[in-house]
Amino acid sequence: MPELHEQSTDSLLASLQAGDLASRTLTTACLARIDQLNSKLNAFISVDADAALAQADSVDTRRAAGEAIGMLQGLPVGIKDNMCQAGVATTCGSRMLNNYRPPYSAHVVERLNAEDGVIVGKLNMDEFAMGSSTETSASGATRNPWDTDHSPGGSSGGAAAAVAAGMVPLALGSDTGGSIRQPASFCGVVGMKPTYGRVSRFGLVAFASSLDQIGPFAKDVHGAALLLQAIAGHDTRDTTSVDSDVANYSVQHRQSLEGLRIGIVDEHYGEGLDDEVETAVRSGIARLESAGATVRSVKLSHAKYSVATYYLIAPSEASSNLARYDGIHYGHRTENFDSKNDGLLDLYRRSRGEGFGAEVKRRIMLGTYALSSGYYDAYYLKALKVRRRIREDFDKAFSDVDVIAGPVAPTAAFRIGEKMNDPLAMYLSDIYTIGANLAGIPGISVPCGLTSAGLPIGLQLQAPAFSETTLLQAAAMAETSGETIGACPVA
Amino acid sequence: MEIDEIRKVASLARLELSDQELQTYGQNLTEILGYVEVLNEVDIEDALPMPHAVDLQNVFRTDERCLSLDREAALSNAPKTDGQFFQVPQILEQKDA
Repeated sequence: MPELHEQSTDSLLASLQAGDLASRTLTTACLARIDQLNSKLNAFISVDADAALAQADSVDTRRAAGEAIGMLQGLPVGIKDNMCQAGVATTCGSRMLNNYRPPYSAHVVERLNAEDGVIVGKLNMDEFAMGSSTETSASGATRNPWDTDHSPGGSSGGAAAAVAAGMVPLALGSDTGGSIRQPASFCGVVGMKPTYGRVSRFGLVAFASSLDQIGPFAKDVHGAALLLQAIAGHDTRDTTSVDSDVANYSVQHRQSLEGLRIGIVDEHYGEGLDDEVETAVRSGIARLESAGATVRSVKLSHAKYSVATYYLIAPSEASSNLARYDGIHYGHRTENFDSKNDGLLDLYRRSRGEGFGAEVKRRIMLGTYALSSGYYDAYYLKALKVRRRIREDFDKAFSDVDVIAGPVAPTAAFRIGEKMNDPLAMYLSDIYTIGANLAGIPGISVPCGLTSAGLPIGLQLQAPAFSETTLLQAAAMAETSGETIGACPVA
Repeated sequence: MEIDEIRKVASLARLELSDQELQTYGQNLTEILGYVEVLNEVDIEDALPMPHAVDLQNVFRTDERCLSLDREAALSNAPKTDGQFFQVPQILEQKDA
């Protein structure tokens, strides 16, 4: 029998359900892995072992009494530190929220509790989810478990690293421009951004509200399907959450897909795409073909404008969302302000100047500029119109194909520090993932190979809005066993 | 971007920035805004602005009283309170005694 942290989601679930494995045993094993590896990886910002063990015991007691158990069956889950858990520090990777303990829980946290997931702790992230490397966190950078000199990607780098290193079998991240899929690719795990509106954002600290979406990380497609099923669904507290039925993803992703039509985008294979990434992605697509899918070319003519569009829209929304951090209601408040002249204004300015890190300030500045009088039409409004064109491209492509397959990121994991002094280079690493956020469609990253240096590469699949079932079925077809991509060295 | 312009943006954003930061963000913004000029190539004639990922409809709810956070919970993260209210610096001038 492989060690617990090496087992598939299926295997863990079967043991839990049969009563052969106690949730307490599994949770204890996860806490031991975290204890052993977190000083090296810095994936978790905080861990609440007592609460996790109490939750695990509750599942075990109810199972022993023959009561029905939620679909997560006592599996341990880590959550990105931008999701509110009542009474538990939620820092968002920022000095601004260093001491913030939300008085309420996010919808997804309530769902995890209802479905008997065991929340073990909060995962590291770029500050306010602004970044692609998990280096901008006030808690320090997370390291990639495949090679600790490299970034795990971001902004949900803690979640990807924790799952890859076997610290938890499941984790929740959020994806505004690729923040689930890119770290999943860099860390060799499965990560999925659902359709906008599929999962309630209630209790998710807002970054860019028209783009943010919560989604699952797991070692395998089954784990991602299960966790998505647990958190998806309508919630009146998020008015953009969609009132439509949640499919039985954890069962349906296993149903074979007849006649799957896959689109490949010629624009994906141009300048900037690393050769080894291209080879691995093409082998992933070939695997889908040999499983019976047909491949044809589709055009996303406006894809090359997605980074420029995103880096106007997302900072604009962020500058508005982050206006709430005023040093008064919650969050950091300066000790030093001029209480005499313009006291309130000075309090705002200094609290924000001290509380926010460099990348967050950069985006607030950019967004404020793009929305300011005289520039709104030239920047923000223009970006909204190009966004329409990007969406139209997807609509047209999906009239010919069921799924679009391609790279997640232009390269495998880059080195820590490599892009920190070049914001634009960092932004361009999101080029393949941003389109799905702008268009609101779901996307998933599935491991498809390794570079010669032994770093994971992900295959991205994208599907029309609310086609999560098809997307997961296709992902299951493309999924390789751990032996094919190799085992994470730290695991 | 001129330093005065970047200072004005910082003021609109309610951010206290050092001279070094003003200079850095000025350079960053110049570079990023230069990059986004590429959008001028796109034919956006007749394109409807797309502020949201999906077409949103207004969501109504019945106008009923419902539970919300109690005062203690709402104030629990406030940097400064008197136990009943958030405390802010004085914003109205006092009448001379």
